[in-house]
Amino acid sequence: MSSTFTLDAKIPAGPIEGKWNSWLDAHRLVGPRNRASHTVIVVGTGLAGASAAASLAAQGYRVKSFCFQDSARRAHSIAAQGGINAAKDYANEGDSIRRLFVDTIRGGDFRAREANVWRLAELSANIVDQAVAQGVPFNREYGGQLATRSFGGVLVQRTFYSRGQTGQQLLLGAYSALQHQVASGNAKIYNRHEMLDVVTVDGEARGIIARNLVTGELERHAADAVVLASGGYTNVYYLSTNAMNSNVTAAWRAHKRGALMANPCYTQIHPTCIPQSGEYQSKLTLMSESLRNDGRVWVPRRGRDSRPPAQIPEAERYYFLEERYPAFGNLVPRDVASRAAKIVCDEGLGVGGTGRGVYLDFRDAIDTVGRATVQGKYGNLFDMYHRITAEDPYETPMMIYPAPHYAMGGLWVDYELQTTIDGLFAVGEANFSDHGANRLGASAMMQCLADGYFIVPHTVTNHIARRGGIVDDRHEAFERTEQEVQDRIARLINVNGTTAPQVIHRELGNVMLDKCGMSRTAEGLTEAIERIHQIRDEFWNDVRVDGRADELNQSLELAGRVADFIELAEVMCLDALKREESAGGHFREEHQTPDGEALRDDDRFASVTAWEYGGEGGMPVAHEEPLEFENVKLATRSYK
Amino acid sequence: MNFTLQIWRQDRPGDSGRYETIEAHEIDAEASFLEMLDQVNERLIAQGSRAVAFDSDCREGICGACSLTIDGLPHGPQQVTTCQTYMRDFRDGQTIRVEPFRNNAFPVMRDLVTDRGALDRIIQSGGYISTSTGPQPEPNAMPVSPEVQTTAMDAAICIGCGACVAACPNGAAMLFTGAKVTHLNSLPQGQAERGDRVRSMVHQMDAEGFGGCTNFGECSLACPQEISIDVIGTLNREYRKAVRDEKKASKKMVAQ
Repeated sequence: MSSTFTLDAKIPAGPIEGKWNSWLDAHRLVGPRNRASHTVIVVGTGLAGASAAASLAAQGYRVKSFCFQDSARRAHSIAAQGGINAAKDYANEGDSIRRLFVDTIRGGDFRAREANVWRLAELSANIVDQAVAQGVPFNREYGGQLATRSFGGVLVQRTFYSRGQTGQQLLLGAYSALQHQVASGNAKIYNRHEMLDVVTVDGEARGIIARNLVTGELERHAADAVVLASGGYTNVYYLSTNAMNSNVTAAWRAHKRGALMANPCYTQIHPTCIPQSGEYQSKLTLMSESLRNDGRVWVPRRGRDSRPPAQIPEAERYYFLEERYPAFGNLVPRDVASRAAKIVCDEGLGVGGTGRGVYLDFRDAIDTVGRATVQGKYGNLFDMYHRITAEDPYETPMMIYPAPHYAMGGLWVDYELQTTIDGLFAVGEANFSDHGANRLGASAMMQCLADGYFIVPHTVTNHIARRGGIVDDRHEAFERTEQEVQDRIARLINVNGTTAPQVIHRELGNVMLDKCGMSRTAEGLTEAIERIHQIRDEFWNDVRVDGRADELNQSLELAGRVADFIELAEVMCLDALKREESAGGHFREEHQTPDGEALRDDDRFASVTAWEYGGEGGMPVAHEEPLEFENVKLATRSYK
Repeated sequence: MNFTLQIWRQDRPGDSGRYETIEAHEIDAEASFLEMLDQVNERLIAQGSRAVAFDSDCREGICGACSLTIDGLPHGPQQVTTCQTYMRDFRDGQTIRVEPFRNNAFPVMRDLVTDRGALDRIIQSGGYISTSTGPQPEPNAMPVSPEVQTTAMDAAICIGCGACVAACPNGAAMLFTGAKVTHLNSLPQGQAERGDRVRSMVHQMDAEGFGGCTNFGECSLACPQEISIDVIGTLNREYRKAVRDEKKASKKMVAQ
């Protein structure tokens, strides 16, 4: 298949400080009285989806909001713990938009697009204002002012938080704004609905095919624009911190219709998760990174030291982050912290039953500031840890290990958050744009809400103002696409093999974690691709979906998602193979400094790789978008 | 560990359901209750039987999707969500009864899956602050004391699971509604709509067919977030005040 795309990021001209305002000044508008005749579909009700749907509905568009959960409030953004960044400089440290921009570019290891990141930093303060106006109860200082704290990878306190449940509170803020719009009649929520395809007419997105998960019925929904806010794909690893039902299906269906998938190999392995305890385990639980503000990470200097941690004297403790990175210590970015933990465990210094764990110790914090203060900051996290592991972290150090957490890669979008399909937008974790090769803590919620509240409502307007005639759901394209979805469901059921889809998913996850996880090699990736082909064959020859298509059928839902994960996994490996450098979360063992740090190759890889679907059985085609750094100097990241 | 499960099976909404006995063998004590059900399902599918449908998502106690009644208790024996209930909390060889959350306002869709849309509709009726996206005032211009923030946050942490409703002998949704009213009505941002909010949320609660509170206190004991029954006191107080204010206002209108 030959290349049909030129990747035009449509970045406005002029100095970086003025790009977004100049875009806003020039974009086309839709008159308030005309908006009600236009429909916008938003898929997903997490931070990005709910905020986009609420904002578009408040503008006066007819919004159809889709989620596969039983309620819009359950999207996985609800589980984000730590906080949200905003360049407000309340702590009087000289923080600024430029500093947040530089930190984000640097944290992403110089693999994000400058213009997008600047806009993100610029909008960050508005997000906190918006959330407060909605009644989000951020933590407060004694005088009633908003409290802030510092978060991994930065030297200022710009993170706003609601205890350890910031994601829950921000999501409920966006969810209630959306419910307000439902009450006003502008938005309608289709819960327990899964988007199974995007419908295109003359190359333009004109609607979706969704399956009603209760009745099994396929539904056609036509629209003037479609916004995908369907989240990340980290469940490709089977075990991750994502929710059980988080999946790549909506994004992958769009990919197969012509939306390019950018940097799929950039995935984040989060350093502070509860280690795996057995084969039956269905997910890994994250402990907020904010714990690294007060907890000290260490392992015994002697391998397989059987003494209880409290009895290991100071001199025999290896505080490996503090020793390796004296400037940032326990607050180094996630990719650095995760790899360091992996290295000490590979050296045989790991703790816990499996030897894949390190201590996160609050002894010194409790001694210095007292138990009550520690409890005030992290009480709910300590309780959660205690509940899950049956160990009391006030008495004995926590045990943590890195786990797949976040996808920096995603659908390629231009400055307007539009994919390579006209009229199809991608926001939040579903797109690739702002985090480069590694995401800093407290940046995901910022990006989701910037996209949803402040960017996509305007860029969708710009699209609607320019688009052509009306298409309704009786168009031949809807008929054809629905038939294709129907055929695919029948194909899944008709395999009628013997293996439950979750068993095959687990096999896929093991391969991906081993070969395309925290560190990668050309040899391992080549092997992985071969294994993925075998898993794909096993799936289509032996998967068993119990029950029928015309009823509530959770095995059918899962089988469809696993089939898409298998296809995604191959492209992730191809992308990781092609990127012959180490950057952020993508660590190629062949490319490292003598002391084991990531070694970038800016001459060859200061670019985005966006993959075009190669057709059934065909090879995907790689396209490049060069990245230019004009406002921050390309430099080697150092946290030492 | 080994368990005998008596699980509620129901093919579609409105069908008469039945209990089915299913053996769960060789389960790790550290597995969560839902991971135990995962294993049961994996085996059922391999045997050619139909898996048990149940809702779950985040599996870390925050999304509120899980909705099982275990041996008569919403979420199970510990005051946590079902996903954070571990098999170590049960006896080896125990017979465990597993049902969906019980309440007329939560119809069963299939097996253990229920429809809790009534809770969303209560929020739609007023569980928000009417502001739309756009420029907002500087937050520090409106200080909120940490005490008020704590009151609001202690209520705002509700996960909307509905265990309070399932636990209540009257099937009341007053802990859920009271939590949202306490959250929004205690903050300065929520003052403008204070009365309208509580009136219309209570009205919606009644319209959905939920019962009223008679101070059993089961809701608070079943709540995985340990939301205090105080929020029901606040709900009642706010409601009385709102109704009184509305009457006063309408008298004034007549007088004018």
